[in-house]
Amino acid sequence: MSATRTRDPRERRPWTFYALATLMVLFLAFLYGPMLVIYLLSFQGPDGGVTFPMVGVSTWWFAEIWKPGQMANIPVSFQRSIALATVVCVITTVVAVAAGLGFRRRFPGSGMLFYLAVASLVMPSLLVGFGIGLAFQLFGWKTDLFTSALAAQLTWTLPFGLFAMFAVFNRFPRAYEEAATDLGASAWQRLRWITVPILLPGILGVALGAFTLSYDEYARTTLVAGSRNTLPLEIYALLSSSTSPTLFAIGTLTTAISFLVIGTTLVFILRVQRRRAGRA
Amino acid sequence: MSAAQDTDPGTLAVPAAVRPRRRFRLSSRAVSWLQVTPLAIILIAFFALPTFTFLLVSFYDYDRIGIYPDFLLDSYEEVLTSAMTLRVYVSSLKFAFMVWGITLLLGFFIAYFLIFHVRTRAMRTILFLACAIPFWTSGIIRTIAWIPFLGRNGAFNQGLMAVNLTDKPLDFLLFSPFAVTITYIHLFTLLMIGPIANSMAKIDPALLEAARDAGASRWRTMVDVVVPLSKTGIALGSILVFTQVMGDFFVVKAMSGGQSASIVSALATEIQAMQYPPAAASAVLLVLFVACMVAGMMRVVDVRRELVR
Repeated sequence: MSATRTRDPRERRPWTFYALATLMVLFLAFLYGPMLVIYLLSFQGPDGGVTFPMVGVSTWWFAEIWKPGQMANIPVSFQRSIALATVVCVITTVVAVAAGLGFRRRFPGSGMLFYLAVASLVMPSLLVGFGIGLAFQLFGWKTDLFTSALAAQLTWTLPFGLFAMFAVFNRFPRAYEEAATDLGASAWQRLRWITVPILLPGILGVALGAFTLSYDEYARTTLVAGSRNTLPLEIYALLSSSTSPTLFAIGTLTTAISFLVIGTTLVFILRVQRRRAGRA
Repeated sequence: MSAAQDTDPGTLAVPAAVRPRRRFRLSSRAVSWLQVTPLAIILIAFFALPTFTFLLVSFYDYDRIGIYPDFLLDSYEEVLTSAMTLRVYVSSLKFAFMVWGITLLLGFFIAYFLIFHVRTRAMRTILFLACAIPFWTSGIIRTIAWIPFLGRNGAFNQGLMAVNLTDKPLDFLLFSPFAVTITYIHLFTLLMIGPIANSMAKIDPALLEAARDAGASRWRTMVDVVVPLSKTGIALGSILVFTQVMGDFFVVKAMSGGQSASIVSALATEIQAMQYPPAAASAVLLVLFVACMVAGMMRVVDVRRELVR
């Protein structure tokens, strides 16, 4: 998104602008419409059902999540998901940033590793879990959250993080690093005081991506989570059994958490960029 | 790849005497290796080895209790001769091509709008984020969000009846191939928009002006300048969308109402029945199939050269 237009802003917009703007608006409506429906329905009154009309407005179905019974596993699986996503986020960020730095030169084996990452990204998700599950079985190990499930999620978040880092490095001004070296900075000083601060918005983006991908991940985790389910697995288990708006309430809550994480990160990135622009 | 690096001797303007503590320097190649080692270890241990495991198990013997090391081709014979295999491949491919075509058109034009029509950087960022934010929320929730929307008494049918477009609710909307396709488009269009917009952003606007000055119509400029220059993004987006649809089993399960099966949902059924060797054989088949499709698309463009610069 770095292209700068030099066009006169008063120039008349062509008809294609209006056609594509309409497409954009329709697409956004398509993207958000169904989600808005379930957010609304999750505030359904106690006598309401899973479709419109709304029978009053209440937070009854949200309260239902914490009542003992059918939903008992939701709060605890939520904590597990957050814990797992945090671990995945930290590992992915560190490993992807390091690998991004490494990929800036060609090295023997770089092609192989690149295609391994591509393969890991495009591999049908369930098969990754299937392979890990089988390997654990052959070795006689028990699958668990922070072993097999963590491994399965990393095969998904790491390639994403790596490709995001490629995009970040594409826009990275090399001259600053060269200047630091010329001024006598050691490799470590340069990384700590030049490279990482300049890349910080991109690195935060990678961290955000890793966290949310892990927090919502289902297909890779399902066969290897062991006996302790994550939140998406619990929600999936509820799909067939629950026909009350509680499911929507869970959906609204988990989306709210996602929005909170996304919003906080974006605000932080924006502040970093603004401070930088202010100094320049 | 060629510019200065921490250990590249060419840019080292500081004489060695200034920093006497450093007794040796790693070669730039060794530094790169150290930096990518964690990634390599994780991908080999958690991706390559498990893939090898199901390749191995696909030749195993099995009964109701367990699996036994062997070298049998029975599982492959079973998979390749079953009518089910052909049926699910045809069904998944049909979805994959339909969704690929629609998301490609949508993704291309939305990326085109974002890059070439939106004039301020802030507006472009806001619109791009608006497209991207749902991608960061749960796919399961976004899938089930269509149920109250498309259902018989759903919001869409109620809306249609309210404006008298139909007098009775449409039945084909939910739990149908239509619902599956809509959900895929909802989930995966961003995978097209992102790479294509990234490619388009690298196009020098002067090229478009040159085309216009040389008398090209808006359409010709798009077809002859923009499309060729964004083909990396198109290829990358196509790979992502195609493989996501081919590897899906959740959407088909939740939205088709049992009318359709996908390759992976059939496979999941076998896994649940603990028939690991036949499941592994169909997994190997699917991996080969997807790998051939992806290799074909990668042939069109050198994705690596475009990405790593």
